[in-house]
Amino acid sequence: MPAALAKSGGLFLAMVVALVAMAQAQDTAFAIHMAIMALAALIAALAVIATADVNARLGHDESVYDDAPIRWGVIATTFWGVVGLLAGLFIALQLAYPVLNFNLEYTTFGRLRPLHTSAVIFAFGGNALLCTSFFVVQRTCRARLAFPGLARFVFWGYQLFIVLAATGYLLGVTEAKEYAEPEWYVDLWLTVVWVSYLIVFGGTVIKRREPHIYVANWFYLAFIITVAMLHLINNLSLPVSLVGAKSYSAFAGVQDALTQWWYGHNAVGFFLTAGFLAMMYYFVPKQAERPVYSYRLSIIHFWSLIFLYIWAGPHHLHYTALPDWAQSLGMVFSIMLWMPSWGGMINGLMTLNGAWDKIRTDPIIRMMVLALAFYGMSTFEGPMMSIKSVNSLSHYTDWTIGHVHSGALGWNGMITFACMYYLAPRLWNRQRLYSLRLINWHFWLATGGIVFYTASMWVAGITQGLMWREYGADGYLVNSFAETVAAIHPMFLLRAFGGLLYLSGALVFAWNIAMTIAGRIRAEAPMTETPYDARADRPLPDPASAPASAPGALQPAE
Amino acid sequence: MSDYDALRHFADSWGLLAMTLLFISFVGWTFRPGARRHHDDAARLIFRSDSDD
Amino acid sequence: MASHPQTPPKEGFSHRTLERNITLLGLCSLVAVAIGGIVEIAPLFWVDSTIEKVEGVRPYTPLELAGRNIYMREGCYVCHSQMVRPFKDEVERYGHYSLAAESMYDHPFQWGSKRTGPDLARVGGRYSDEWHKEHLKDPRAVVPESIMPPYAFLAEKPLNAGDMAAHLKALRAVGVPYTDKDIAAANADLSLQATADADASDLQARFPKAQARDFDGNPAMVSELDALIAYLQMLGTLVDFKAAQAQEQPK
Repeated sequence: MPAALAKSGGLFLAMVVALVAMAQAQDTAFAIHMAIMALAALIAALAVIATADVNARLGHDESVYDDAPIRWGVIATTFWGVVGLLAGLFIALQLAYPVLNFNLEYTTFGRLRPLHTSAVIFAFGGNALLCTSFFVVQRTCRARLAFPGLARFVFWGYQLFIVLAATGYLLGVTEAKEYAEPEWYVDLWLTVVWVSYLIVFGGTVIKRREPHIYVANWFYLAFIITVAMLHLINNLSLPVSLVGAKSYSAFAGVQDALTQWWYGHNAVGFFLTAGFLAMMYYFVPKQAERPVYSYRLSIIHFWSLIFLYIWAGPHHLHYTALPDWAQSLGMVFSIMLWMPSWGGMINGLMTLNGAWDKIRTDPIIRMMVLALAFYGMSTFEGPMMSIKSVNSLSHYTDWTIGHVHSGALGWNGMITFACMYYLAPRLWNRQRLYSLRLINWHFWLATGGIVFYTASMWVAGITQGLMWREYGADGYLVNSFAETVAAIHPMFLLRAFGGLLYLSGALVFAWNIAMTIAGRIRAEAPMTETPYDARADRPLPDPASAPASAPGALQPAE
Repeated sequence: MSDYDALRHFADSWGLLAMTLLFISFVGWTFRPGARRHHDDAARLIFRSDSDD
Repeated sequence: MASHPQTPPKEGFSHRTLERNITLLGLCSLVAVAIGGIVEIAPLFWVDSTIEKVEGVRPYTPLELAGRNIYMREGCYVCHSQMVRPFKDEVERYGHYSLAAESMYDHPFQWGSKRTGPDLARVGGRYSDEWHKEHLKDPRAVVPESIMPPYAFLAEKPLNAGDMAAHLKALRAVGVPYTDKDIAAANADLSLQATADADASDLQARFPKAQARDFDGNPAMVSELDALIAYLQMLGTLVDFKAAQAQEQPK
């Protein structure tokens, strides 16, 4: 009880500090954000008081895993997934029909696009990583989460980060560095949350009852540490005022560009790859009920992936004012990166060796296999696009957008959905998911969506690239820029249709998860039926002793 | 520029050789026959039933 | 309770040591991921040839800086690059390829990664103020094929950039060579540069090639549109590339 009092007292103090900052704010956006902070502190303080006696009773039951934050995480992942995809569909439609910008400051493409990217990467993907890592680290360490209170802070603190980032984008608060848009105070808040995350994760590994640290945990650990390093360095900036939103990056020009893409590419490499590979290394073997194909390959995979990935950033800056040597290094390492990427994909796929029939019978396995297939495709496409001559065509075009989405929708999306399908019945102690057949619907809607998306963006990107560089017989450029915009309008429509399909699949997913949580079980035919006909399952009668049998029945034997 | 040239020469000669050797020894060591049992055991770690607690 | 006692590692260090020690595993991972970044990024700060000195590049005036902040706020970098690559078609479409020095005072850089719209590195002086004003208000009134969002609200919002002296001070702290005089005059410079027929000789002495006029054609107030157009009209105008070309010829 005294601990709860101290905690709520501290939170009230935090609320007061936020309110003072709000009163002193240099700009409206900062004032709004401080108000949100104050409100969050108030809610947290009240929650601490309200649950103090409950926590005193339940806080230290070491005989069960601490699954409450994981359950919240599954719900948050589902919620943010739908929000992020909806935002994506909307901005895709804005590009096809600019009238959808509504002539309002807050709804322009420029402000909504970071909202979409952050919602899907950091809110949807981030929550998936948080909750699966808490699930996996407990199961593989055979130990309850270390610092349960801190784990709850990590979850809610991360949601607060998402809310601050998202409202900031709408208000125009941005550092204008892609995927690192939140301003300095939101960055500081995320740093606090992230360090807490490292403490909870590392603490759980330290108190483990298994001597060995399972490979999934290495990937999670590398993801947490590297993201911390990237986040801290890329967001180094100097605020204009301690009670204002605006800050200026510590770096400028070339140095800032490379720092940003070192960050940006490794946000892909460690947030969207290493973290999600950790999910693969636990959930694919569990769902397939067989150990990972080669544990030794996973060791090589781990060290070579994390070592090589970090070098690949300069391929975002080919032919720019970045020194040539850095571009070449980036290209060489990007191509080498193909190998560990495929090593990981093979390790995941071959886990099904000897149980390939599960692709037919188990829709969750099917989803995992699709995820790995897209991982393989986009990690082949990526190195290819990092070759300077290919990049000279593909850079600045929608090809890049297509590439990113084949990885994000195909790999990150599908592996996340599969893991959520795995987790929901177990976390809420249900007999099974609400419906396995709905997973099939989800699977095909999502697959169709990705095909429309990537195919249309390939065509759009290559069209742009070729039209921009097209020369006529007279030696002049053939196309004005405006003509190239008009030329890809049909592709933008097809892309939006693909997004609509993918979003529909995600809605089916959300419905399935919600019904599972509600404890409903859909009456439906099982996914597979072993054909069995009792009448046919008997020896053939001797034709001589069975004259009564139908004359035609045995004739074909002759 | 001489700094750059020296580093460049180092990178595509001895540096490259050292990295290759390091990588080969790393792979060879991971796949050494003696480690098989240990790794198979680690791979099955996630399947140990709850009853043996 | 630990039900699977295993034989401890026989010799000193092996991968098994790492597999059992999270601190070591974490440290080794950090070393593995730090190397690439250090090798690639650190030299950019001390290799002199990274940014070759170019005549004409100067820090932004307070009004240009305020316009640049609006450019960032509205996420223009999401669809417009500011980096012309050294290809024939790009140089003919947009102008001389971009030099590292041209963004040496850009905190942060705005090179961009996507051209949903055209590159803007050298858009300065290419269109009239009036064109920009109409285009930002309703892009399709000027370019029918455009898919750019309308920014009509910029013309109606008075420029509320905050204390520009504080902005310049922050930038000086991260390496932009603003003088004490620049900082003292920052707020005055801001409105002066957007006023028609003002005496801008002092401003232009400190910021060569600074353009001073009523950019949005509305003398009643200094609007956000004034600042944004002032920024767009100076993009790529600082370096005299005709001089640069002449120097390259004799080779």
